[in-house]
Amino acid sequence: MAVTGFLTDSTLCIGCKACEVACKEWNDVPDDGFVWSGLSYDNTLALGHSTYRHVKFVERPPQAGCGGNSSERMTWEFSSDVCKHCGNAGCLEACPTGSIVRTEFGSVFVQPDICNGCGYCVVSCPFGVVDRRPDDGRAFKCTFCYDRQKGGADPACAKACPTGSILFGKLDDLEAAADRRIAQLHEAGMNDATIWNPKESSVGGTHAFFIVRGDPRAYNLPRNPEAPMRLLKQSWSAAAVAAAAILSASIAAFALSQGNAGVPPAGPAASRRRGAK
Amino acid sequence: MKARVPDNATEKRLDDIREQAALGRLDAKGIRPSGSPFPEAGAEHGYYGLPIVKAPVWTWEVPVYFFVGGAAGASSVIALAAQLSGASRALVRDARWIAAIGAAASGPLLILDLGRPERFLNMLRVFKPQSPMSAGAWTLTLFGTASAAAAIGEELGLQRIGDAAAFVAALSGVVMATYTGVLLGATAIPVWAAHARTLPIHFGASALASATAVLELRGHEERALNILGLAAAIAETSMGVEIESDRAIASEPLRHGPTGATIRIGGFFSGPLPLALRLLGIRSKRARRAAAASALLGSLITRLAWIEAGKASAKDPRPLLD
Repeated sequence: MAVTGFLTDSTLCIGCKACEVACKEWNDVPDDGFVWSGLSYDNTLALGHSTYRHVKFVERPPQAGCGGNSSERMTWEFSSDVCKHCGNAGCLEACPTGSIVRTEFGSVFVQPDICNGCGYCVVSCPFGVVDRRPDDGRAFKCTFCYDRQKGGADPACAKACPTGSILFGKLDDLEAAADRRIAQLHEAGMNDATIWNPKESSVGGTHAFFIVRGDPRAYNLPRNPEAPMRLLKQSWSAAAVAAAAILSASIAAFALSQGNAGVPPAGPAASRRRGAK
Repeated sequence: MKARVPDNATEKRLDDIREQAALGRLDAKGIRPSGSPFPEAGAEHGYYGLPIVKAPVWTWEVPVYFFVGGAAGASSVIALAAQLSGASRALVRDARWIAAIGAAASGPLLILDLGRPERFLNMLRVFKPQSPMSAGAWTLTLFGTASAAAAIGEELGLQRIGDAAAFVAALSGVVMATYTGVLLGATAIPVWAAHARTLPIHFGASALASATAVLELRGHEERALNILGLAAAIAETSMGVEIESDRAIASEPLRHGPTGATIRIGGFFSGPLPLALRLLGIRSKRARRAAAASALLGSLITRLAWIEAGKASAKDPRPLLD
């Protein structure tokens, strides 16, 4: 089965949020509050346990040739965020029940019938995607429409996207398409357009990747995301050192005071023993 | 609504608002029109300063488990060391029971924290050494069994079974005392990840201190316990020095705000205070007991503080934006 992916091209996004609506409807995701954030037109704010697609609204001061219609207007750019389906997925490695698996499509999937809500995936995701639904108790995130893909259909968000900003397809094809699109954008003078796909990082590339203009950090896309597994070796080594120290210190402390069990340290005897050490 | 009387202060405020608005920039709580001073989306603040990673969903059960499970684990090590050195059988017996009781309390604490407690057995569905949570679940299962067998063996006079179980309990116990540092360290939470190398040592020392303390408070006065308490207090003091001298952005929750205060309180009760009490009151039983009580309290506060620091750290995108 071919590895599939999402290419989200923010230069084509019009911020209509059809992807958010389509995703919620198809996946039967509960509402997670209606708030006015005051942060541009983004009242969703983040991906989470009940948001698998999230359109970011990046408003910036006027910048000639970027986003706005004239140099006096704010620039206004949109990008539909989603689970990155990492090459080295922190959530998948961290999951102690085996609920989180990699599917035949290369995507990272939480099996809801297995998850026991331990919450360890939540702190293991470098992008803050997966979260525990408080009223349900289990962890949820983008399923990459596993059910639809099984049936040969495109994911709901990609199908509902009216501008072709969300492209779904074979990962290799999408990477080639992204390169072509970047060349096209650069030719059109949009030299600040870049592909965000952290292939060089410990995350090992993502199956959902993005074309954005300007610094990807404006979209909370870190330049060097880190998969938490990179820390396992050094942390377990430290644990081994600590364990050896606790064992040897305990055995040494008792061996040194052997024969004095139950006797509280008393003046001259105690100092003699200290001297002997 | 209560009628307000205009005075100099209210009128000055209105003047200020008019003045600021005329300049195109009005600073006030709850006002975020376009161009107003909220964090811009960009390299410095990320997406409007919103968090990049999700905050831990764990509540009090997890840090209390770190404390109880750590103390139980270290207690089983003390039980083995005491047994091997031929120390008083009463100490061996108490240390084994503390390990067994702590292990028995650990399971329910971890189950309580699950979003779906009825599915706790799924923890033993697979063995994933690459997941510290899975490694911990299996370690706790082994430790719980072995520590219970060691205590019951001691009680029933089945010495050979008890001793064999005590050996297994000590080896799994020392993992119990330290793996929780890996559990926090190998995550995406900046303050925890920044201390992936130190947390297992920190928590291990804390576990040793609390096990020693419980035994001392039970009335055991072996010199070895004082030595171990002293060693743990030295380790905790040096950890405190390291935290205080750490200027990394990721470590800010350890020194600032409510989490910084809690870390400091936990550190004071774990490190300098028991260290001073044990050194100055070397011949005083009362000083030793006070040191033990302080270390026990410090150990609990430390674990609570690290979880809270993780929650504070998750809210700050800056360490992830370099």
